[in-house]
Amino acid sequence: MTDIDFVPSEKQLTDEESALKDVRSSYDETYGFHDDDVKYAYVSEKGLDEEKVRQISAMKNEPEWMTEIRVKAYHEFLERPTPQWGGDLNQLDFDSIYYYMRATDKTERDWDDVPPEIKDTFDKLGIPEAEQKYLQGVSAQYDSESVYHNLREDLASKGVLFLDMDSALREYPDIVKEYFGTIIPSNDNKFSALNTAVWSGGSFIYVPPGVHIEMPLQAYFRINTQNMGQFERTLIIVDKDAYVHYVEGCTAPTYSSDSLHSAVVEIIIKDGGRCRYTTIQNWSNNVYNLVTKRAVAEKNATMEWVDANLGSLLTMKYPAVILKGEGSHGEVLSIAFAGKGQHQDAGAKITHLAPNTTSQIISKSIGKDGGRGSYRGLLKVAEGADNIKSNVVCDALLLDDISRSDTYPTIEIDAQNVTMGHEASVSKIGEDQLFYLMSRGLSEDEANAMIVNGFLEPLVKELPMEYALELNRLIQIQLEGSIG
Amino acid sequence: MVTTLEIRNLHAQVAANGESILRGVNLTIKQGEVHALMGPNGSGKSTLANVLMGNPQYEITAGEVLLDGEDLLEMDTDERSRAGIFLAFQYPVSIPGVTLANFLRHAINARLKAEDPESKGMPIPKFVRMMREKMNSLGVDHSFAGRYLNEGFSGGEKKRAEVLQMAVLEPKIAIMDETDSGLDIDALRIVAEGIQKLTGPEMGALVITHYQRMLDYITPDFVHVMMHGQIVESGGAELALQLEEKGYDWLREKYGQPEQA
Repeated sequence: MTDIDFVPSEKQLTDEESALKDVRSSYDETYGFHDDDVKYAYVSEKGLDEEKVRQISAMKNEPEWMTEIRVKAYHEFLERPTPQWGGDLNQLDFDSIYYYMRATDKTERDWDDVPPEIKDTFDKLGIPEAEQKYLQGVSAQYDSESVYHNLREDLASKGVLFLDMDSALREYPDIVKEYFGTIIPSNDNKFSALNTAVWSGGSFIYVPPGVHIEMPLQAYFRINTQNMGQFERTLIIVDKDAYVHYVEGCTAPTYSSDSLHSAVVEIIIKDGGRCRYTTIQNWSNNVYNLVTKRAVAEKNATMEWVDANLGSLLTMKYPAVILKGEGSHGEVLSIAFAGKGQHQDAGAKITHLAPNTTSQIISKSIGKDGGRGSYRGLLKVAEGADNIKSNVVCDALLLDDISRSDTYPTIEIDAQNVTMGHEASVSKIGEDQLFYLMSRGLSEDEANAMIVNGFLEPLVKELPMEYALELNRLIQIQLEGSIG
Repeated sequence: MVTTLEIRNLHAQVAANGESILRGVNLTIKQGEVHALMGPNGSGKSTLANVLMGNPQYEITAGEVLLDGEDLLEMDTDERSRAGIFLAFQYPVSIPGVTLANFLRHAINARLKAEDPESKGMPIPKFVRMMREKMNSLGVDHSFAGRYLNEGFSGGEKKRAEVLQMAVLEPKIAIMDETDSGLDIDALRIVAEGIQKLTGPEMGALVITHYQRMLDYITPDFVHVMMHGQIVESGGAELALQLEEKGYDWLREKYGQPEQA
């Protein structure tokens, strides 16, 4: 291309400018609010026992098989010790967490029926406006259960199912039963067991064969109650030759005591299908974010995880792709920003089970004010899986001398003819780079932000425009140190 | 008003080790004038350029620099830039992931916002038009704008990118630190012709160079020779020709080793 290609359109950059304007002053209003007006229809007591697990299931009028899955998972959760690898989980007090509450009694389909104070919250997040302009469907999770759900008719007419998980269990119990827990068994780890026992909300998506959903499907998640655990459960099934891009954005108000977010996301992509799952999360700085995400790609299927982790006290998240079918492809692109007191232990797991499969992992982490970013990756090639190509790149950018970056790559190869690359780099923002940018009139903050944005650019350009803008905005806030 | 940069008895040292580099520099540059600064390696030319831009690697130990009477040394690097000072770097660093165009747009908007906090910055279409005009005028391929800043640029491309930045930011006083170094004959011609187009009544220039060949394109109003951290000889364009012919030995004999500052 010989012409200038740096601006997608005038419209978008105008949006960017307006989005970036007064970002700091608007942050508290946009993200930092804590609504006391919201009426919770039901709030369980803190802590968990079998009775409470059965109660959650009963309140949701679930079929007995789901109750039994929950109870079994609860005991698995009890039996499993708290993991001692990765981040420090020993301060996490399971008895001080609420495991279930809901803001309204039923899921609303029409925006007009949503209670005004909840609507006000979403207004602050800009959801109705975004929906009008951009979204094909919105699934907004208010604490435990979705209160609003909308899917455009053209998608519904193609047979696409997009609803919250609780409704899916009521309306499509057979499909849920067939796939629930098949990719991530409840006993996979302590937190998948906990999620299976107490899950609430999350999204269910089914895309029929050959259907391409061109615009991303989106959901927003928030934690809005002190000590509120959020245990959403998402199940996505992409049928043969179908395509979906699912985007979740997470923001949370700040709290004085610990919160736990422990989600499970299961994805099945059938032959020739493709799924991209994008997350931008910005939990408040006291949240334990312990998420299990895994996808299985069948023949010639493609799975792409795009995962941006900001905020939280500790994040442990390693999106996984199991390349089960020949010719399948898996990708994990992750961004982590670790500020003061934060540990981002993030990475990826790719398992090549079939021949002629390919994978790519790109991880970028930024450390500031003593934050710690860890890349933890597993690349596994099973016996008989020949002709494998895999490439892993992890880069860290440290903004000062007290921040930290570690890399823990694990590679297990039991096959012949495997081509793999692994690159890791750690760099610091150089005084010479700052001087150069400032010599053109940028302030030191602007120069820092420009270097960080440039570092992330290869991943940010993979995001939908509005999410790229939101990420840039969140990073700018992190750089200004206004969070926490 | 004609902008004036006055350097008075400027002393500077390397911050890291206290090595004295500038030992009493005096020089006045006015908008519209072209000054060539020559001198042997290690005489302090690049240091002067960097000190004027506020490079934190150097410390000022004495003297002052005034921009239209304002204390330049009190300003941060970005303020100096917004006040109209520009440095074309000898070794521009690369900034991965940041396109030249995006960078320049931010730089221009930083200027507009410094002038008017309410400014929304230059509208994109206007910026694009302006960039294209500047690129056309300097014979720079449009694809330059979309490339990451200095990332993977050849020596010649880096220098052309510096000149393009200078053209876009329209400084009142531009300092060019060996912008002609590391260029083959063709690249030198392109770069020098570009600089020539930018000089004029609106821009004062301090051109640091080792070679007359650059000055064949940009005729200096004044030529200065720096030795041991001081400007020891000043003259007209003919001084550069004299140096080209005779080298620096006659000046070394004339001025000898200066007193340590």
